[in-house]
Amino acid sequence: MASALNVSVVSADHEVFSGDATMVIARTTEGEIGILAGHEPMLAILASGQVRVTLVGGEKIVAEAADGFLSVENDTVTIVARKAELV
Amino acid sequence: MGAQLRVYRQKIKSAQTTKKITRAMELISASRIQKALARVSASTPYSRAITRAVSAVATYSNVEHVLTTEPEKIDRAAIVIFASDRGLAGAFNSQVLRESEELATLLRSQGKDVTYFLIGRRAVGYFTFRKRASERTWIGGTDAPQFETAQEISEALLESFLRDASDGGVDEIHVVYNRYVSMMTQTPEVVRLLPLEVVEGVEEPGENAILPLYEFEPGVEEVLDSLLPVYIESRIFNAMLQSAASKHAATQKAMKSASDNADKLITTYTRLSNNARQAEITQQISEIVGGADALSSAKN
Repeated sequence: MASALNVSVVSADHEVFSGDATMVIARTTEGEIGILAGHEPMLAILASGQVRVTLVGGEKIVAEAADGFLSVENDTVTIVARKAELV
Repeated sequence: MGAQLRVYRQKIKSAQTTKKITRAMELISASRIQKALARVSASTPYSRAITRAVSAVATYSNVEHVLTTEPEKIDRAAIVIFASDRGLAGAFNSQVLRESEELATLLRSQGKDVTYFLIGRRAVGYFTFRKRASERTWIGGTDAPQFETAQEISEALLESFLRDASDGGVDEIHVVYNRYVSMMTQTPEVVRLLPLEVVEGVEEPGENAILPLYEFEPGVEEVLDSLLPVYIESRIFNAMLQSAASKHAATQKAMKSASDNADKLITTYTRLSNNARQAEITQQISEIVGGADALSSAKN
């Protein structure tokens, strides 16, 4: 089992969330995508919708993100959106 | 009371009132710097993430994009000036304006036309006073910049960049703003915004020497198309926040020296007024003595 993902969700004026997670599910313009540790580097355009993050402890966090990007590299997932909020 | 004494007392009063005002302004901007700096650091994760994404695209793909390609011939250039709405901030506004004048002279010497985008009432005032034209202006809200304003500015800039120069568009865009270095120092910064050169934040490929192959969704061009405007937006927003923080720091510094100066004035005038009062008393005494002398010599 690969190590955990380092996830951060940032909006234009503040960091909404940052922490370790096992899985991230987001909706890109192409459709829903799930990311686990060891995912290949990727840069995608987000469609507005929910980003669901499963934390290491199994807890789940849902954030509303619109107008942004999802980038994955070296097990670091960054969700950048003009507007992002935890739900 | 002698006339001289009254004049000094008036001057002391006026210096004291001014000092009260400047002291209050100093305290206000001191508290606002903290807030402005907090906003700068709060927006850092966003701009860092965007910059990294942009440099990822730039490093791992070789797609030409209209925003990154150098035009063959640059006919018109735009300068975006970030000033403030209010003065009383020392050299804050004059140094960006001076810096942009220098840049304009340089650009003109290269045979380019220069147009201006102005942010802040002070810059607009500077231009209207000299009856100079500007492309667009934004007034208000420089103390606490809103992201929406940054969006608006970058939209306007992109629109004019994508228009043909013969059509009133521009071929390159420079920004001039005050960068916050410390409480004491704010340096004017001149940066070319467009065409983009992505230099900062390029990630060194770590221990695994093979460059990761990025996957772009939906495609490299689409990602670039939406990423680059966002990058510009975040650069503009960052410039606005830096400029706001610098403005507060500059105001605080200027108001501190004004208060100190008022203190000095008060001391000087107090000395002078003491002197005048003493001179008046001395004069009165000598008048009395002189009068008594005259009276006693008249008796004899």
